[in-house]
Amino acid sequence: MLRLILRKLGLLLPTFIGVTLTSFFFIRLLPGDPILLLAGERGVSPERYQELMVQFGYDQPVWQQYLTYLGNILQGDLGTSIVTKQPVLSEFMALFPATVELSVCAIIFAAVLGLPAGILAAVRRGKTLDHTVMTTALVGYSMPIFWWGLLLIILFSGILQWTPVSGRISLMYWIEPVTGFMLIDTLLSDQEGAFWSAVNHLILPTVVLGTIPLAVIARQTRSAMLEVLDEDYVRTAKAKGLSTYRVVGLHALRNALIPVITVIGLQIGVLFAGAILTETIFSWPGIGKWMVDSIFRRDYPVVQGGLLMIAAIIMIVNLIVDLAYGLINPKIRHSE
Amino acid sequence: MTDTTHSSAPDTRIEVLKGFWRHFKTNRGAVFGLYFFLTLVVIAVFAPLIAPHGATDQYRDALLVPPVWMDGGSWNHILGTDAVGRDLLSRLIYGSRFSLFIGVVVVSVALVVGICLGLVAGTFRGWIDTVIMRIMDIILSFPSLLLALVLVAILGPSLINAMIAIAIVQQPYYVRLTRAAVISEMSREYVMAARVSGVRTLRLMFVTVLPNCMAPLIVQAALSFSTAILDAAALGFLGMGAQPPTPEWGTMLAEAREFILRAPWVVTFPGLAILTTVLAINLIGDGLRDALDPKLKRS
Repeated sequence: MLRLILRKLGLLLPTFIGVTLTSFFFIRLLPGDPILLLAGERGVSPERYQELMVQFGYDQPVWQQYLTYLGNILQGDLGTSIVTKQPVLSEFMALFPATVELSVCAIIFAAVLGLPAGILAAVRRGKTLDHTVMTTALVGYSMPIFWWGLLLIILFSGILQWTPVSGRISLMYWIEPVTGFMLIDTLLSDQEGAFWSAVNHLILPTVVLGTIPLAVIARQTRSAMLEVLDEDYVRTAKAKGLSTYRVVGLHALRNALIPVITVIGLQIGVLFAGAILTETIFSWPGIGKWMVDSIFRRDYPVVQGGLLMIAAIIMIVNLIVDLAYGLINPKIRHSE
Repeated sequence: MTDTTHSSAPDTRIEVLKGFWRHFKTNRGAVFGLYFFLTLVVIAVFAPLIAPHGATDQYRDALLVPPVWMDGGSWNHILGTDAVGRDLLSRLIYGSRFSLFIGVVVVSVALVVGICLGLVAGTFRGWIDTVIMRIMDIILSFPSLLLALVLVAILGPSLINAMIAIAIVQQPYYVRLTRAAVISEMSREYVMAARVSGVRTLRLMFVTVLPNCMAPLIVQAALSFSTAILDAAALGFLGMGAQPPTPEWGTMLAEAREFILRAPWVVTFPGLAILTTVLAINLIGDGLRDALDPKLKRS
């Protein structure tokens, strides 16, 4: 197992260096002078310009600049936002829980609906139920989620007035961020109604962000189940006279879950892309909206740092999924 | 599997196509998707003849007119008008041109470049393989839409740049598929025979091996055609794709956002157009996969 981890890490290292190179060159590839870009709209005097050149190290050769950049990253210094003058890393840390909370809810929503839907479709293969589930899944898979979000707002916030349009919680409440997760913080704060306000704000974004993973999970569960239901051990279990419930629930599902769990784990990149759109539509104060806003504000150090953090997180999660897959799947564990 | 080699006579090719169509036909959803898609192509080609009004004509006396079946609607503007009095139906019809254009360009660029890189990596292996695959890994470690957004920020927001960005983001899938197929084909006997008979490497790559690697690539092309349309619409929606007043569907949605509660139709129809187009192409993709390569699974 340790050797497996080390080998995977060895594969990851060049990719990580590539990612740092990408974020390093991002600012240098932008049209225009980097100092003027960093200075923003105000512009700088020639003397100040020279000072900044030295301060940011632009007077040094590129490879040296890169090494300095790499050194800074390893010390947790991702630069400073031009707009807010805050360190990029602390801004990221403050907003990250909002995105995690939304993503976790979306994945739970997708799994809770997608797994049973996929299992039912597989068991009722070729029947009306199967066709209905698979057609719905394909529609979900084809959904432009930014439009889906707007439609839900029209229906639930506009016509029915059930849910709020934007934000994480009603302005009536002030919640001290303890964990950064609104659902937990509202419970800790003991303010009446705060928790339900947070839940209410979370519902629509969860549905919107969870739609595509839901479709993917339903399709993947169905095909994994179909494969397993054909296996000899399932036939044996049926022949022994076990009930359908036991055959499907115990014998088939356990084995079908392995590829499904991997697919769920690998949805994180998709979730981040979805979070960009979902957070923009619902004004959800998370990483996705922060990145889009920063691109529009030309706050390039934030874009640069955010890009690096997001890629690093996706790489780490994919590594964990990979290793977990090795843990639950003996075929891979023993292939060493 | 399409096991044709370059030397097969034309009539076997027709046989293969017939066999393919027999498989494809059994999937009713796929056939429906295909007809829908062909209709869309006709609409896009003949847009100026079909559209009742121009895409950017503004009717100042008809702002936010609802569709014909709602109170206050008129047959003059069947799907209603937007906030500056442009006919929604006409804009949607012209918009189909952009979506299909985006799909065709992105898929062609990604396919051609991806096949070349994948062939090189799979044929020569060694350091060049490592370099190409590591670069693909780097592209894949960013969320696709975020990377596309950042690329557009570098290149400047426009439809062309959005297409370039999306093509780059989709590159790795083609490279990986081609490389994997090439590596498995390289150990086959017909490749060995070709090598022994002295076929030059370039000819071996493109003429001998490539045709046998096409099945997964065709399926991927259909899949990424729909992804390209979705991503371009998302970039347009975020203001980083086609710029107003271009009647691109995503851009239209972005312009319509502030009227979402007052005039739901300006939001509903462009999204519906994106959804049905993408759905039709995904149906075709599913059918292609079943007909070309039953082993391929799509998540």
